[in-house]
Formats: sequence, structure tokens, C-alpha cells
Amino acid sequence: MKIALFRCCNTNICLKHNESVMDSVLRGLDVEAVDVKEFGCCGYPLKNINFKAYILCSARNLSLAEEKGLNIITFCSCCYSSLKRANHLMKEDVSIQKEINTTLEKEGLRYDGTVEVKHFLDIVYKDIGIKHTREKMVKTFKGLKIATHYGCQLLKPRQIIKFDNPAAPSIFDELVDITGAKSIPWLTKLQCCGAPTWGINDDLSMDLMERKIRDARQSGADFLCTACPFCQLQFDRVQKVLVSKRNLKHYIPSILYPQLLGLSMGIDAEVLGIDKNELDLTGIMDFLQ
Amino acid sequence: MFFTTSFYFALAIFSLGLLYKVSTWFRYSLDTVAVETSTTQRIFCAIKGIILTIFSAKFFILLKVFVFDVLLQIRILRESVFRWIMHMLIFWGFMLLLFMHALDKFITTPLFEDYYSTLNPFLFLRNMFAAMVITGIILAVYRRFFIKTPRLFTNAMDKYAIIILAVIVVSGILLEGLKITSHTEFKIMVEDYSGLSMEDDGDELKALESYWVKEFGVVSTEVKGPFNVEALKLGKESHEMNCAECHTKPQWAFISYGVAKTIKPIATGLDRYNFPTFFWYIHFMACFAGLAYLPFSKMFHIFVSPLSLLANAVMDKEKSDPTNIATRQVMELDACTHCGVCSLRCVIGISFEEIGNLYILPSEKIAALKALAAGRNLSEQELRIIQNGLYLCTGCIRCTEVCPAGINLQDLLFNVREALLQKGYPEFYIFSQFSFLRGIKNGGMVQDDYQKPLKLVKESIADEFKLLDMPDSAIKLTHLYKEFRKRLAVSMQGKTSSSCFACKTCSLACPVVCNFEKPVESLGLTPHQLIHAANLGLINLVFGSKMLWSCLGCYECQEHCPQGVRVTDVFFELKNLAIKHFNEKASASQTGKRL
Repeated sequence: MKIALFRCCNTNICLKHNESVMDSVLRGLDVEAVDVKEFGCCGYPLKNINFKAYILCSARNLSLAEEKGLNIITFCSCCYSSLKRANHLMKEDVSIQKEINTTLEKEGLRYDGTVEVKHFLDIVYKDIGIKHTREKMVKTFKGLKIATHYGCQLLKPRQIIKFDNPAAPSIFDELVDITGAKSIPWLTKLQCCGAPTWGINDDLSMDLMERKIRDARQSGADFLCTACPFCQLQFDRVQKVLVSKRNLKHYIPSILYPQLLGLSMGIDAEVLGIDKNELDLTGIMDFLQ
Repeated sequence: MFFTTSFYFALAIFSLGLLYKVSTWFRYSLDTVAVETSTTQRIFCAIKGIILTIFSAKFFILLKVFVFDVLLQIRILRESVFRWIMHMLIFWGFMLLLFMHALDKFITTPLFEDYYSTLNPFLFLRNMFAAMVITGIILAVYRRFFIKTPRLFTNAMDKYAIIILAVIVVSGILLEGLKITSHTEFKIMVEDYSGLSMEDDGDELKALESYWVKEFGVVSTEVKGPFNVEALKLGKESHEMNCAECHTKPQWAFISYGVAKTIKPIATGLDRYNFPTFFWYIHFMACFAGLAYLPFSKMFHIFVSPLSLLANAVMDKEKSDPTNIATRQVMELDACTHCGVCSLRCVIGISFEEIGNLYILPSEKIAALKALAAGRNLSEQELRIIQNGLYLCTGCIRCTEVCPAGINLQDLLFNVREALLQKGYPEFYIFSQFSFLRGIKNGGMVQDDYQKPLKLVKESIADEFKLLDMPDSAIKLTHLYKEFRKRLAVSMQGKTSSSCFACKTCSLACPVVCNFEKPVESLGLTPHQLIHAANLGLINLVFGSKMLWSCLGCYECQEHCPQGVRVTDVFFELKNLAIKHFNEKASASQTGKRL
């Protein structure tokens, strides 16, 4: 499978290892990831400011992928939802399509709505399939309890995203289970991590995260597992701040799903940047057999 | 005399300009750190830093960068083969002309004993280098004015750079072409070099002239073809005796010879009216003007871009002296060539098409930064727009990665943005996810400094919308904004709001509401109240409500709404409208006062 890899801007700044994680895991899954040099931001940070600018950014990326005849894969749920929304509008709404294409034409681009936007989990679960993914596993986790954090943008709004049932999703959990780890049930699983207000209203952001962390620990999880760089940064960098600011005794490190998958695919921990977390993640290696 | 005087005059201006510009690197500052250090300290710091670097292993990094990034300009090649060819042609063509031709007394003569500018390979190379520069200039003009590169802006300085190079090279070629045809020049050469005289060698001279007219493009009024074979034979012999040793066939000067052939019909007239001298003046004056103005023009990048590349290769945010970083950041402003690659590749560059603020684009931000660094008085309005533009940045470091001059744009822009935010002008874009990175990076910031801009915005909003603080006061009809309701109703994201029947489901589902014991006191309005207020057109309540700015955009409310109101999308529309309103209000109320 050949697909255009959409790397989130945040990854380049504070989650650099996610790039080698994505590269190595996709290679391991026989997915040929193509880097499109011209890709820009998905527009997500503009969502509060200017809706059209937000859609324009995503539509530009879609048109670039269309030009190359490729679908898009992304690991970031915010990029995913932005691209999906723009894709939806560009297909459904003639007036927006016309307006956006007029602007895109200034740089010789246009978008006709032929690209499919997929999340990393989409690819693994729907395109490759659980069965084939399982064949790639060489190691397995024993006794590892994982609290999966889906992330809001991966599930909602349902009319546009259509990834899984937003009220009772199970795909991510199944994907964790194939590594041998156990996805545990926890109450606040589907709640927001608080990242959207980090930098705007830090107290609120930390309140929301603290509740989730307490819950995950009480539910017996060893690690959190995320499917979005924003959530991961929140549960890693910001959790570190939270622990020191609020004198928490306990914390719970978070692992990116491709890292978890990569470990059980036998990819080197160093390539997967297991040591790059702010909150120590290396303990997870003890569960690996 | 005129030549020497004007040369030294130009050189003096150049030197003073250079001194002045370099001094600004140590006098100006963009950062907060350097304000406390004096100019002398900064110079001292820089010298220390340079010496320590040169006498360390880092020297090899410098060497590598010099070869690959300065001489071979690999950074341009990585971005665009077209631009690389264009710039390499201009750079190498011009540099080689400078060293071999302009500075021949100092470089070429000592290197080559038998150097004559009229001898090959010099005669040929001069034309060859000129051809390189001209091709480069044509490509540059084509890039700037014919192909529509998105978001590439051409300012007066860009035009100047192209024009001055073109004038220098073209006037040089015309001069050479005119000299080839010029009878006067021919006579001067004969007098100076041949050792033949009119009295003794009249016939030989005439034969020589015939030979030059026939073979080398001289246009003479005295001898005219057709020439007899004998005369030409004698002329050839004489040429080989007297001229050939230090004058190659002018055909080797392939461009100028072409010019000579073209102007042949009018050459006599041009020679009579002294055109060669005229172009000689133009050529030299253009060179001198270019030299004198160089430190103040974009061409200054010839010196500063390599410096920036070298400095950035060995400097490091964590380890380098902050004073030196502050100095480097001012220097980097002079290294910018306004090539526009950062704006082309900026990940949110395209949003300029919709938002229209030029300062979204990194290349244009630099221009604003120059004004800021120089401490120029900017109006509140200008500062606000610059700050707006600076805030619209994802911090993805792509501009830094692609800059051919190696400018660390990201750090530069981030520092300046922070310094501006501290100046006390509320930045409403702070209520966007562009703030996430600021929050992540805040580790290195003083807490008060980090919170100050956020506080400013909150205060400014609270000032404008006091209604929420007076829950008991009756809402006046004047607070209803019909226009606002209309806008909401027709907007793509907000139009479903009117279906709300205030069942409260959204408020019960909201994780933010759940976070507070007394949500109404903490948030002003809960989601269903907010929707209701919006439907009534009560912008005072809507824009002033803390709920709006605490919304996570998690779509929990929207998923639960039984009426199909796209609650979260309505909120996004309200946030768009609010930020637009704040910005418009701020620009309307601007006093023109200078900060």
C-alpha cells in the first residue's frame, strides 16, 4: 500500500521521535509512506480564529495528495479530524468547494474530492486487518494493563469522522489487545485530555487531566496509550508539570500506540524512542516477552 | 583623477556603512536579555565566542558549512533546482568578475605574470562570467515577475538588487562592444603598444588598420573594404609582430563582439560622440554606486548570509552565551535576502489568502522585525498587526529548516513575539491552539511573564463586557444585535443554533461544566445558556462568557444534542465572530499613539 504520510507540525517540534516511530512501524507493516514536501498545517490551530482559513489549510493538503494520486495517513487525531472535515465539506458543499478552489488555483492547485483520509488506527484495523497485523508480531506483552485514550477528535462528530462508535468504541482496545497487553475499562476513557486549553487555561487543562490520571490509576492501568500527538504531549510533558505543580504522588506514563505496536513487532526500542519520554517509559520493556 | 576620487569616495561610504551596520548588531536588540548588556560587553562577548569557536573542533564544522552552504549553496539546491541555478550563476559569475576583472590589479596581475585584460583566457572568461550573471538575472526576473510563485512579494530592494547588477554587467558589455568598433580606441592602442609611427610606417599602419577592420570589427572612416590581398597580408604580419602578443582576437569576447557587429552601422557616429567614454563612466559609476550603497541594500547579504550560516551551525540555544544569541538575532535580519522561500513553505502561509495579514508570512515578518530592532516608532495599529501575524505560527521550524541564509527564524520570531506580548497589548489570537506550544515551552519562562498576556486578554474582554458581572441587572434591548443573529444564522457552522429548545443536555454532557462545583459562577454561562444568548443576539453575554473560551471543542455536547444542534460547531463560529469583533474593535479604537 502506498500512501502519503501527513506528519503533524507538533511532531516536528516536541515529539521528534514520533517520526522515526511512524517510519519504522509503517515499514514493518509493509505500508509505503510517501513524504509530500509541500504539505502544510492541517489548519487545526486556526479553528478558533477563522473557519475558512482552517478549511483552506486542510483543503490545500488534500489537493496536494490528490495531485499525487495518494490517500493520506496521519497519526494525529486533530489533523485527522480537520482533514476529514475539509474533505467532507469539499465533497458536500458546492459553494465552499468553489470558493476554496478559487483560492487554491492561485498556486495551481484544485481539489475534486477523491482523497481518503485515514488515521493510523484506520490503516491497521481496517486496511491491513487484525489478522495480518497479528502475523507481524514477534513479541508479546505479558500482564501489561493499558488504559486506552481514544481522543475526542478520533471519534467525534460522528457524521464526519465515522471511525468507530463514539459512545462505545472498541477498535483501539482490540488493537491494544493484539500486542498481548490488556486494555482495561476505565470510567473517563472517552473524556478530553485537556490539551485544547493548555496554554489558554492551564488550570482547567490540568483539572481535566488530573481526573483522568487518577481514574486510570485507580482502574489498575500500568500505562496510558494514546493515538494523537496532542494527547501524548498532554499526558507526557504537561503531566510532568502537573505532578510537580500539584505535588502528586503518582503519575502514569503514556505510550504512543505505534510505539506499543512497534515493540511487539520486534522493532528496536531505541528506534521507537522509548527513552525519549519525559515521564519514564522504559518500565514497559519488563512486560515484553 | 575623477575616477580615483569617486572610487575613494564610494569606498569611504561603503566602509562607514559597513561599520554602521555592524555596529547595529551590537546596539540593537530584539530580545529582553541583551537590554541589560552594554554594546562594549556584547562586542567583547562576540569576539570571545568567535575565538573560542575557531580554536576548537567546531572549526571543521565551519569549514564544512563554508564549502557546502556558502560556496555550493546546497541549502538552495535542496529547495529548488531552478533557484539554485539562478543564484549560482549570479553568485559565481559576479564573484569571478569581481576578482578577475574589477580587482585585477590586486589579484589577477600578481597571479599571472603575463596578464592582459585583452588576452585569453581573460578576454573570454570575462564574457563568460558576464553571460552567467545575465542568465542568472534573466532567471531572477522571470521568477519574480513572470511565474506566479504564491506569496512571493517583490519589494523595492529586490528590484534594486536586480537593476544594479544588470546595469553593471550590461554597461560593461556595451563598453567592450563599443571599444571593439571604436576607431579612436584602435589608434590609442597603436600608439601605446605598436611602436609604429605615422611618419615612418604609414603604409604598414594602413595595412594593419585594414586587417583589423576586416578581421576584428573595427569600424574605420579612413580605410574601407574591399581590401586587396597584399594589404591584408602585410596587415596580418604587422598584427602578429605588434599586437597579437597582448591582444587575442576580439571574437573571443563573444557577447561584446556580437554587440560590436550589431552596432556596426552606427559605430562611427557613436565613436565620434564619445560613447565609449560615456559607457565607461556609466560602468564605473554603477560599480561605485553599488559599492557605496551595498551595506544599506539587500546586497549586504553577500557578507551577512555566510556569517549567519556559520554562526547558526555552531551556536546552540542551550549552550551559547545569551548575549551572543541576541547579537546574532539582530545580525540575522541583515542576512535575509527576501527570497521568499520561508513564506512559500510556511505551513500556514496559505491562510494569508483568507486572513490577509501580510505578517503571517515569515519573509514579511522580518521586515517588521527590522523596524522593531531599530527602535523605530510604530503606531499602535502597526504593532497590533505585527503581533497578530507573529502569533499565527505553529512553531513547526520549517522556515528555519529551509532558509538558505541559515537564519534561525523560529527562535527569532518566538522571542520577538514574546517580547511584544509583554509590551501590554492584548493579543486575542492567544485564545487559539497556537498557544499550546507556548504552554509547552513555558518551562523556561517566568510564571508572571507567561500569565501576563493571558491575563491582559481576559481583562480586556471583561472590561468590554461587564454584563456578566451584574447578574441582577435587567438586560437592555440595546444589547441585542440583530446583525450578529443574522450572521450566525447564515454561517456554515452556526446555522443549526436556532433549533435549540434549551433542554440542558449539552450542559450536562460538557466535561468543562462537570469540572466546576458552581459552573454558572465559574463559567458565566453554561453551554445551553450560551446558545440561547447567541440566538437572542446578546453578544455581551456570549463574548464575555468564560465558557466560550473554556470550550475544548471535544464535541461531547454535539454528540448528545437531541435537536441536532451542532453545539460545538456553533461555539467555534461564536469564537470566530468574537475574535473578529475584538480585533475590529481594537483597530477602531486605536489612538494612533506610538508605543
